Amino acid sequence: MGLRDMLWRAQTFRHGIHPAEHKDTATLPIERMPFVDEYVLPLSQHTGAPSRPLVVVGQKVRRGEMIAAPDGYISTALHAPVTGTVAAIEVRPHSRGVPSPAIVVRIDPFASQRLEIDADRPTAATTPKELIERVQRAGLVGMGGAAFPSHVKLEVPEGKKARFVILNGCECEPYLTCDHRLMLERADAVITGLRILMRQVGAERGYIGVERNKEDAAAALTAAAVDGGDIDVIRLEVKYPQGAEKMLIDAILHREVPSGKLPIDLEVVVNNVGTAAALADLAATGKPMIERVLTVAGNAVRRPANLLVPVGTLVQQVLDHCGGLRPETRQVILGGPMMGAAQKALDVPVLKGISGILAFTDPVAQIAEEPCIRCGRCLAACPVFLNPSRLALLARAQAADVLAAHHMMDCMECASCSYVCPSNIPLVHLMRLGKAAVRSRKASR
Amino acid sequence: MPYLEIAPAPWVSSGLGTRRLMVTLIPVVATAAYYFGAAALLLIVATTTATMGTEWLLTRRSGKGSTRLGDGSAALSGILLGLCLPPSTPLWMALLGGAVAIILGKAVWGGLGFNLFNPALVGRAFLQAAFPLALTTWTAPQQGFWTLAPSVLAPPFMRAATDATTTATPLGLAKFAGTFVPPETLILGGIAGSLGETSALVLVLCGLWLGLRRVFDWRLPVATLLTAALFSGVLQLWGDVAPGPLFTLTSGGLLLGAVYMVTDPVTTPLTPRGMWIFGAGVGFLVVLIRTWGGLAEGVMYAILLMNAVTPLINRLTQPRTFGTGMGAK
Repeated sequence: MGLRDMLWRAQTFRHGIHPAEHKDTATLPIERMPFVDEYVLPLSQHTGAPSRPLVVVGQKVRRGEMIAAPDGYISTALHAPVTGTVAAIEVRPHSRGVPSPAIVVRIDPFASQRLEIDADRPTAATTPKELIERVQRAGLVGMGGAAFPSHVKLEVPEGKKARFVILNGCECEPYLTCDHRLMLERADAVITGLRILMRQVGAERGYIGVERNKEDAAAALTAAAVDGGDIDVIRLEVKYPQGAEKMLIDAILHREVPSGKLPIDLEVVVNNVGTAAALADLAATGKPMIERVLTVAGNAVRRPANLLVPVGTLVQQVLDHCGGLRPETRQVILGGPMMGAAQKALDVPVLKGISGILAFTDPVAQIAEEPCIRCGRCLAACPVFLNPSRLALLARAQAADVLAAHHMMDCMECASCSYVCPSNIPLVHLMRLGKAAVRSRKASR
Repeated sequence: MPYLEIAPAPWVSSGLGTRRLMVTLIPVVATAAYYFGAAALLLIVATTTATMGTEWLLTRRSGKGSTRLGDGSAALSGILLGLCLPPSTPLWMALLGGAVAIILGKAVWGGLGFNLFNPALVGRAFLQAAFPLALTTWTAPQQGFWTLAPSVLAPPFMRAATDATTTATPLGLAKFAGTFVPPETLILGGIAGSLGETSALVLVLCGLWLGLRRVFDWRLPVATLLTAALFSGVLQLWGDVAPGPLFTLTSGGLLLGAVYMVTDPVTTPLTPRGMWIFGAGVGFLVVLIRTWGGLAEGVMYAILLMNAVTPLINRLTQPRTFGTGMGAK
């Protein structure tokens, strides 16, 4: 923290942690990952029901063509990332750990791979109802990591209204810089996306929350929003987990989303800056979600980069493009180091919600867990004001009813508690077990 | 392809630990050695040997594979116990106190993290109850490094020859003789008292370093010292019943307790509000005991009493979950 930050504290939420930033890739412009031979597209790569295949093996597909349709409301579509042939529809490895059904598309090496402009793209004349349907057909999901289908957030439920749209440009996870580059290089698209979102939900004000380690991005966005008296770029203190929806609303509007409620109950809609840019692309050319920007970093990566990667590229292929891994590599993580998932193999595809591929040579910490010394650091870190030390004891005891009474389900698994624990207690893991206990108790009732 | 290891998130950690607390004890021990000579080092080595030895004996069959000495908590309790003993304490008492600190202060509760009372203070309370004379006999500082009070090497349960150079502590002087040691002596050191409490300056510097490095939570010592200063200030203004805040803060074991014992995470509340209550309670009780109690010093009992109500404070100060109660709107 610089002297300036100490003298003048920027806006932020309460509690949280300050992990080392490691944003070494922040200066590397986004580059396009070249096409590879084959793409693996799991039918389940978003929150909700898996998509339903529309193609058969051997069928020719165009780049951007829908190959799987949404199966229900909380579900979304899948598109061919390249022009080619459907090579297989079979069970393939998935980053979640459980192999799952996927459509495999083999590239046509002679095709131009140019994305045709969709005549049916949304315009200013598109009604809100039509846009929701159009966004679902374009397969847009939240780009922040949870991959929640975006069209659901575009609909304001009956009897509610939305006054504010907040874009999340915090990128509070260490190492990740893809949102930073996107805001810097595509500020216009982010602003356009924000305006579409504001018009869609009928909001009067738009905010973009940007942490102060990305001043250049904040400046680019402010410049892009020239004629915008209704758009504010808010510079926020650098703190984790500011990108969490509830924390971001607290930081910008100083209001707490009530426990068990959603942002819309405070008349707020929150989206990631990447999602806004994808929405702008959809409006400009009709481009569905067939590629995303992600950060490849960590000390085991020979050539760290911010890459625009077609969805379905294997992690191994992305890493090969970045010069390959050092032989002493010990861990590969998809997502950020706070909330990402460790991978046991690299034959899994990049999904719509994967914001980073991190590889490290350090062995997974084998520091022995020590007894809780009740220092209270986890309480001071928890952004939703829980008592992780007590919840951990209750989770070990599987005391589902007591856990529920202690607001176990308000935990969003940000791992701040594990980060600060001087006794190396795997607190966030215990929180997950506690939440599972509460869920199974509810299900059995 | 490399062999990849998997584990639950997160993969970064703050790397906090208790080792740094031990480092700041070095200047305190050095100050004790400077003023009280070899006796200070002998006593601290004795208490530390006793606590670590007892810990080793009690945990080597605990079934956890290894003993718990590695966490450093037994050594810490030993050093702290040594620092709150008078320089003329017989070594055998120090050894006994160390053993009691671990057995009654920690092991019977279930080991580190489960004890209700500060182990070092349990050891000292035991010694004070068992050997009240030895624990309230004070030798003057700076009598030469190798000058040991004869009582230090006394064999167990033998009455040692009374030392001619005994004196009273500043608190004793203030309470029973009505004379006050000048503040500069209190701040720099060179007063009679327990080994660790002689120099207020060294303790304040160590406390500042620990607080700024976030080794402990600053709320605990700040609440303690602030309350003690305020309460003694009020009492001084209201009829001169207590010595003023400066004397209160710099005399006796208040600073030693505030920096190294009130900040023990295990035996103090874990909620921020609870920490304020705990510290305020200690500060209040210290002044109360010193002013109206039968003893000249009250830090040990003040902390032990507040240790006893810590579970209650924790229960009453549970945090309000985000988005519930007053905050949800």
